[in-house]
Amino acid sequence: MANPKLTYSKEKIAENIRINDSTYRIVLKGKFEGKPGQFYMLRGWGSEPLLSRPISINNLYEDSIEFMYQVVGEGTRILKNLRPGDELEITGPLGNGFDIDSIKGKVAVVAGGIGTAPMSFVVKSLKNSEVTAFYGFRDQVYCTDEIGRYVKELNISTEDGSVGHKGYVTDMFKPELFDAVLCCGPEVMMKKVVDMCREKNVVVYASMEKHMACGVGACLVCTCKTTGGNKRACKEGPVFRGEDLVL
Amino acid sequence: MLKVEICGIEFKNPVIAASGTFGFGAEYGQIYDVSKLGGISSKGLTLNPKEGNSGLRVFETRAGMMNSVGLQNPGVDGFIDKELEEMKKLDTVVIANLGGNTLEEYLTGVDKLNRSAVDMIELNISCPNVKHGGMAFGIKADVAYDVVSEVRKMCRKPLIVKLSPNAEDIVDMAYKCCEAGADSISLVNTFKAMAIDINSRKPVFDNVTAGLSGPAIKPIALRMVYEVSKAVDVPVIGLGGIASAKDAIEFIMAGAAAVQVGTANFMKPDICLDIINGIEEFMKKENIKDLKEITGCI
Repeated sequence: MANPKLTYSKEKIAENIRINDSTYRIVLKGKFEGKPGQFYMLRGWGSEPLLSRPISINNLYEDSIEFMYQVVGEGTRILKNLRPGDELEITGPLGNGFDIDSIKGKVAVVAGGIGTAPMSFVVKSLKNSEVTAFYGFRDQVYCTDEIGRYVKELNISTEDGSVGHKGYVTDMFKPELFDAVLCCGPEVMMKKVVDMCREKNVVVYASMEKHMACGVGACLVCTCKTTGGNKRACKEGPVFRGEDLVL
Repeated sequence: MLKVEICGIEFKNPVIAASGTFGFGAEYGQIYDVSKLGGISSKGLTLNPKEGNSGLRVFETRAGMMNSVGLQNPGVDGFIDKELEEMKKLDTVVIANLGGNTLEEYLTGVDKLNRSAVDMIELNISCPNVKHGGMAFGIKADVAYDVVSEVRKMCRKPLIVKLSPNAEDIVDMAYKCCEAGADSISLVNTFKAMAIDINSRKPVFDNVTAGLSGPAIKPIALRMVYEVSKAVDVPVIGLGGIASAKDAIEFIMAGAAAVQVGTANFMKPDICLDIINGIEEFMKKENIKDLKEITGCI
């Protein structure tokens, strides 16, 4: 599949939905481009903060695009307060995304926290595969009903045990049962998943999260260490084959 | 109307994308027509490829950001073999920004670039000088004089020397670089800066310090461009926190023949076009026919 064309545009927010205290979803109406695992640089403010924020595509429909984000700092705090009709500058789609067409068979999707956001679009796009999802959260569980409809099985873990397995998502997951593993979440979780898959010789793709400045591959602040040298998370990534990553 | 000439090279307009923020131009070329730029200064090159620094590489600050990329680049040969042809197709002035840790590295790099299609060389003297215990070439004017005069002898392209604002005396530095044969001076590079993570009680960057850029540095950069422009006869290229046409015009009025835009590209990918258009609008409004009419009017 050819890479969709990269554009910069100003859009009007259609909805900014509160999912829980720290998780929100922005909806833009219109025709947008993107592949599962790609992201956009979002900006809903003037000069401060300086940098736009890289947010993955949560869902892409014929007539809309959705970005789910966690409120962690100044930029996402501003995003949270935007209302329908407010302007949002977007640049994208960016990054490589998952090579969906080549992923087949029994697939495990392992995600932690806001790392579940891109996996919604990924899971809905996977054809010719049987998906088992492993979603881990600290305490508040979200958007699991939605994803449950698209997977054969959904396993949930919480650190406090309030929902599902008490502990980490990696406690429940056995890589040898799958043909391919896709993961996104905190780096410590992804390192564990990648290590487990390597041990069992299972193909694993990890979507990396890095601080970014340009988002388009020009500034080299978001590099990830790989066996082939430093690679840009915004360009050659954010999705890397686990065997290539130096974590 | 917007055309400027620097060291015999014609620029369509005075707005150049600054080194390190624009790669080799191709990335932004996917978003807008970068042939509209006056020029592009390449990602900082070194003789040999560099992997750059470990750890966090970017940290946002009030009205600015710090970076610690550490000159990750494909090396001069990698640039010439893999990037330059595409960069030349962008139909704008191509400036190769060159750094080095020793005089020999600078000279070998210049020798290779002499034989390439680059239009100009911008010498980055902010790199650590191995022989001088790692202190940058761009701190002491006498050290900079030595490297610039040797490079000048070798260099067959117009030579811009890019100054660090961390120089002991920026005016003396500019003066000595011109005495050594610089055809043009660009200033300023990033300011040496620092941030601490109070929870881990450690510096944010593995390298402890990093380079501060963005609107936060603009007033200081402007003052330096003003002072240097008064002291030297060569064209001065001004940069440091420029994020609007107004900022660019201030630098021009302070004495800059052209400006570079760096960090602001991260605020809006096509901000250089806004700046170019804004300068043109200002000129029309003020009935200015040639930028020279206002260059250094302060």
